[in-house]
Amino acid sequence: MGIKILQDKCAGCTLCVKACPFGAIKMETKKAVIDLTACTLCGACVSTCKFNAIELIKEEAKSGTADLSSYKNIWVFIEHHLGEINPVSYELLTEAKKLSEDLKCEVAAVLLGDEKIENGIDELFSYGADKVYLSTHAEFKEYRTAPYTRTITEMIKKFKPEIFLIGATTTGRDLAARLAIRVNAGLTADCTGLSIDPKKKILNQTRPAFGGNIMATIISPNHRPQMATVRPKVFKRIKCQGAGAKVDIIKFDPVINKEDLVVKILGLIKDESIKVNLQEAEIIVSGGRGISDPKNFKMVEELAAVLSGAVGASRATVDAGWISAHHQVGQTGKTVAPKLYIACGISGKIQHLVGMQGSDTIVAINKDPDAPIFKIATYGILGDCLEVIPALTRKIKELRG
Amino acid sequence: MDIIVCIKQVPDTTEVKINPETNTLIREGVPSIINPFDENAIEEALRLREKHGGKVTVITMGPPQAKEALKQAIAMGADDVALVSDKAFAGSDTWATSYTLAQTIKKIGRFDIIFCGKQAIDGDTAQVGPGIAEWLNIPQITFAVKVELQGDKIKVERLLEEANEVVEVPLPCMLTVVKQINEPRVSSLKGMMKAKKTEIKTFSAADVDADPLKTGHNGSPTRVVKIFTPPPKGGGEMLCGSTEEMVSSLISRLKERKTI
Ligand SMILES: Cc1cc2nc3c(=O)[nH]c(=O)nc-3n(C[C@H](O)[C@H](O)[C@H](O)COP(=O)(O)OP(=O)(O)OC[C@H]3O[C@@H](n4cnc5c(N)ncnc54)[C@H](O)[C@@H]3O)c2cc1C
Ligand SMILES: Nc1ncnc2c1ncn2[C@@H]1O[C@H](COP(=O)(O)O)[C@@H](O)[C@H]1O
Repeated sequence: MGIKILQDKCAGCTLCVKACPFGAIKMETKKAVIDLTACTLCGACVSTCKFNAIELIKEEAKSGTADLSSYKNIWVFIEHHLGEINPVSYELLTEAKKLSEDLKCEVAAVLLGDEKIENGIDELFSYGADKVYLSTHAEFKEYRTAPYTRTITEMIKKFKPEIFLIGATTTGRDLAARLAIRVNAGLTADCTGLSIDPKKKILNQTRPAFGGNIMATIISPNHRPQMATVRPKVFKRIKCQGAGAKVDIIKFDPVINKEDLVVKILGLIKDESIKVNLQEAEIIVSGGRGISDPKNFKMVEELAAVLSGAVGASRATVDAGWISAHHQVGQTGKTVAPKLYIACGISGKIQHLVGMQGSDTIVAINKDPDAPIFKIATYGILGDCLEVIPALTRKIKELRG
Repeated sequence: MDIIVCIKQVPDTTEVKINPETNTLIREGVPSIINPFDENAIEEALRLREKHGGKVTVITMGPPQAKEALKQAIAMGADDVALVSDKAFAGSDTWATSYTLAQTIKKIGRFDIIFCGKQAIDGDTAQVGPGIAEWLNIPQITFAVKVELQGDKIKVERLLEEANEVVEVPLPCMLTVVKQINEPRVSSLKGMMKAKKTEIKTFSAADVDADPLKTGHNGSPTRVVKIFTPPPKGGGEMLCGSTEEMVSSLISRLKERKTI
């Protein structure tokens, strides 16, 4: 890796001096000079130079050559939508805290956002962060792959985390996949279990594969950080005792590169059919093909409403266009783990089960005694859901007055 | 408009069974299919070509039998296909796979859009598409559910957890698609005839200038150390009686557990 100014091309315009996020460029006798001890080779100057006078020589990534011992601590990426922190980030802080006891290291939260994001920081400490790496910039208000990847890459290069955990959400999976290649790290997707190997002190990452039919434990022995995306709702979030006293915030200058800003967010189309957030709900009532007709989703919605729960769906109903894809639970939908999951007319194929089997209590209503859903149900009702659902709704309404 | 589609041949995971004695996957008799999301990727590429002209090239990295998947792509309407296959690729994880595919794409040369599926149903990682985009240093848009070409830009709707996000991205770029984006077409008779006759081009590691340190097991940072079947969940209680009785006993049990 290296960077150099092509003296004959440099016009002394000083644009690069302003563009450098690390204050590493100075003017000497009307030519730019780079202080290599301060430069992180981020490339911000390269794209601002109008005269192509800066040359960045990227070294090809080598595998397995990193000095592993210089990598320490567990990082958690804090995902938020316009400042509202995704609960999966708290779940991961809690889990990171546990792992950190085995590794005798610190837990750090990585937070990017606009200025307002600082309001959310206290919560991060209360869920177990020892440190927060904070980078604020107007361009970080909403998540976008390229600018987030660039700044986080610089953080990783500078502070060298040993483990980096990211929620397996649409945002988390988008970011982690890109970042892992850039920093030359191994990445395990969609984990449902994490532990520290007591001997080797490395991260064992367990995840479902082949549609949930098997589980695989994966390691990244020779690369750092060891990166994993982790499904929402597999770990519980727990507030720490006596937390909140520490306020170790490390401000990190954003690295904004023009070429990273070419993707524009034009807007968000809300799904009006979502009344209660599926992944946050304590109770979920889900409909499958067994409800027989799209209009019967009304019944499912009514039962969900009296329970103040959310509406879920099997993929078969989503594919048939009975309900929007945002409701789908399972391998290619959402992972949920509510206190109560009521499956109405759902057969319980493995791809559905992997998305909901972490629920505390599972109720299955199905008219086929051999439906696989009964194998994991806490309570099974063998019957016609078109009769059972309204009866259940009525009874609960009575109960609640 | 030059479009490249990356597809993977996968076992049909709905047909996979577990051998209860050895706790291993029974893959005999399980059909190999094109990863379902990749069929959506092919379909979207074909639709763009039909509307705006151009060429659709479908590529896969895999063993020689993955040619079958490419033949199916031709039958659907792909203009050109390529198999990247080499013993050196064995044991690739997503890091090495995305590197190898990116090298192949560089070899092919021109492209405006690269389509991938949202994820492959065997590994379920959703990492290869963004990986390719990183190696090629182009923007990525994941989970596309609607794609509209507007001059030298594409407007894309992304399927997120609670809403759809609308973004605009300049060409060239990499897009991964979800199932809801379209309904893949069935192969035409003419297409099947063409597929039969087509000689499938095969690239080796050397053909795509792949660095041996970055491919296959060598180039893969991750290692699988254990495979096991998830412990079976114990079944619960079947409630009995009439609908009313079952509903009543359910409610009293849920109350007991303080669930409701
Ligand atoms: C790659 C891949 C990914 C997938 N991802 C997902 C996913 O994320 N989520 C998901 O859900 N699926 C997923 N699937 C699909 C999954 O394999 C099943 O096809 C799907 O879950 C079946 O949905 P279902 O249970 O609603 O329909 P069916 O399997 O058709 O089951 C309907 C059930 O309703 C019962 N029934 C019928 N009438 C009544 C009645 N009147 N009263 C009571 N019961 C009745 C029947 O006995 C049956 O058990 C995926 C598949 C693949 C290949
Ligand atoms: N071996 C491969 N050959 C071609 N494309 C692949 C291969 N593996 C993955 N892909 C592409 O990457 C997407 C995501 O795969 P994965 O990251 O394995 O879930 C797939 O839908 C394909 O489009």
